[in-house]
Amino acid sequence: MNQEIEIRWHGRGGQGAKTAALLLADVAFKTGKYVQGFPEYGPERMGAPITAYNRISDDRIRVHSNIYDPDYVVVVDETLLHSVDVTAGLKKDGAIIINTAKTPEEVRPQLNGYEGRVVTVDARNISEEALGKYFPNSPMLAAVVATSGVMGKEQFLKEMEASYKHKFAKKPEVIAGNMKALEMAFDAVGC
Amino acid sequence: MAIKERMSGNEAVSYAIKQINPDVMPAFPITPSTEIPQMVSTYIANGEIDTEFIPVESEHSSMSAAIGASAAGARTLTATSSAGLAFMWEELLLAASNRLPIALALVLRTLSGPININCDHSDGMGARDTGWIQIYAENNQEAYDNFIQAYRIAEHKDVKLPIMICQDGFITSHAVENIELLEDEKVKNFVGEYQPEEYLLNPGKPISVGPYAVTNYVMEGKKNQLIALENAKQVILDVAKEFAGISGREYGFFGEYKTEDADYIILLIGSAAGTAKDAADQLRKEGVKAGILKLRVFRPFPAKEIAQALKNCKAAAILDRCESYNTNGGVLGSEVTAALYQNKIMIETVNYMYGLGGRDFTVEDARGVFEDLRNIVEHNAAPEQFKYIGLR
Repeated sequence: MNQEIEIRWHGRGGQGAKTAALLLADVAFKTGKYVQGFPEYGPERMGAPITAYNRISDDRIRVHSNIYDPDYVVVVDETLLHSVDVTAGLKKDGAIIINTAKTPEEVRPQLNGYEGRVVTVDARNISEEALGKYFPNSPMLAAVVATSGVMGKEQFLKEMEASYKHKFAKKPEVIAGNMKALEMAFDAVGC
Repeated sequence: MAIKERMSGNEAVSYAIKQINPDVMPAFPITPSTEIPQMVSTYIANGEIDTEFIPVESEHSSMSAAIGASAAGARTLTATSSAGLAFMWEELLLAASNRLPIALALVLRTLSGPININCDHSDGMGARDTGWIQIYAENNQEAYDNFIQAYRIAEHKDVKLPIMICQDGFITSHAVENIELLEDEKVKNFVGEYQPEEYLLNPGKPISVGPYAVTNYVMEGKKNQLIALENAKQVILDVAKEFAGISGREYGFFGEYKTEDADYIILLIGSAAGTAKDAADQLRKEGVKAGILKLRVFRPFPAKEIAQALKNCKAAAILDRCESYNTNGGVLGSEVTAALYQNKIMIETVNYMYGLGGRDFTVEDARGVFEDLRNIVEHNAAPEQFKYIGLR
């Protein structure tokens, strides 16, 4: 991987894009990286477009600004493709990861001419199969880790299990489903 | 050994509070500082600390309760932001003039209007004349380190003044980043027990706090308060030195980054300093001698020291993150140029306004500032005294 990678998340309030960005910072930290995970706050409300960011680096990170030229973009809600310029500044040798049942070829026309890699993940299907409910953030987190190669599958799953055990200490019954969702999404991206 | 962790700025300050285990915390929630009373009250509910948490109905009351608790002899703190600090206005002055070493975790946010929840320094800078010590952080690490040093400074017998430990709202308060924590025992030993000399709950030595003063005494009271603030300068340095001994991290009135041989220096406060350092590094690679002076201690104002640090550069940019509506620049712009004049240092300066209401400040923005300074010096361009960065 590069010395520093920058990731921008697009989601809607309530979908867990911010939580996913913080979880990514968490697992990357455990692999010995320097990390940043932070949300950009607007008028917060359920369903409003939100942005969150990650920087993951081998060196200490000093910059405290938003990310304008990301290596990767994650789109947690595909309806945002109509209203937000999600590929703005996205590096050509990076990738965009979109939560959709469509194929990359089918969504590419909506990406303002982006020429880089397009990865699609059916996070709804995965989440409903693994968890019985629609929580897209776990599958999207696995998809961006698989696409970016921030860490390997085994290490990622091991660290995520530890994180979930901490996060869901009071509802351990959801851990297995989330772990299954992560693995399914990781394999679906197939890196 | 240092504990390597990752946490947000609010988590870092809350963790420092947990390690210090103060006596009393009155608080009222306001974005973006809400997480601090929330996390501290969780520590209390879990039995991890025995701080007395007082839920109040406003910030006017949280600072009033803090004053009462501190006067009674308790190690006291609160947390707030923006309008919350503004609502404490009267009490801030009372806390300082009654010489009460209260700690306030200030998570910096703009003041209305228009109403907005994001970072600028309007709240902290607005309280600059209240008599509080003010220390500002660049990141979560500094917010944590500064809080651990807070009571040692505030409670020192030569100081006895309240202290604000400030960090940038959202930019650091809500960003998860790497941090090195100190062991509980180390923090406990460093901070020590609070032993006030005089306090209300001491039946052996009754005192009165906050009585009316006739005109014959007011000026002397205010002068004594000023002397205490002047004394704080040496105490801040002494405490920082001792803190370096347990942490390996060094602090002073400000942090200097490549300023020693710099032709061009940006002076600023808070999280934007890290961004500006990246710009300075880029320019150094291109042969431009750029440096950053990051002010940590704003009150007491280290005027002479700043002037000395700037005296060898050709031009300096002074960046303000709040509008002071005097039509002649911002708070830092006025105070730093006054310091230069008093010390007979006649370098070119430009005062910039940036980052209001959370407007992003990028590496490119910082490069643009250095570019302006170069233009002034190399082309003898007349400096515009007061500019906005990123204004649409």
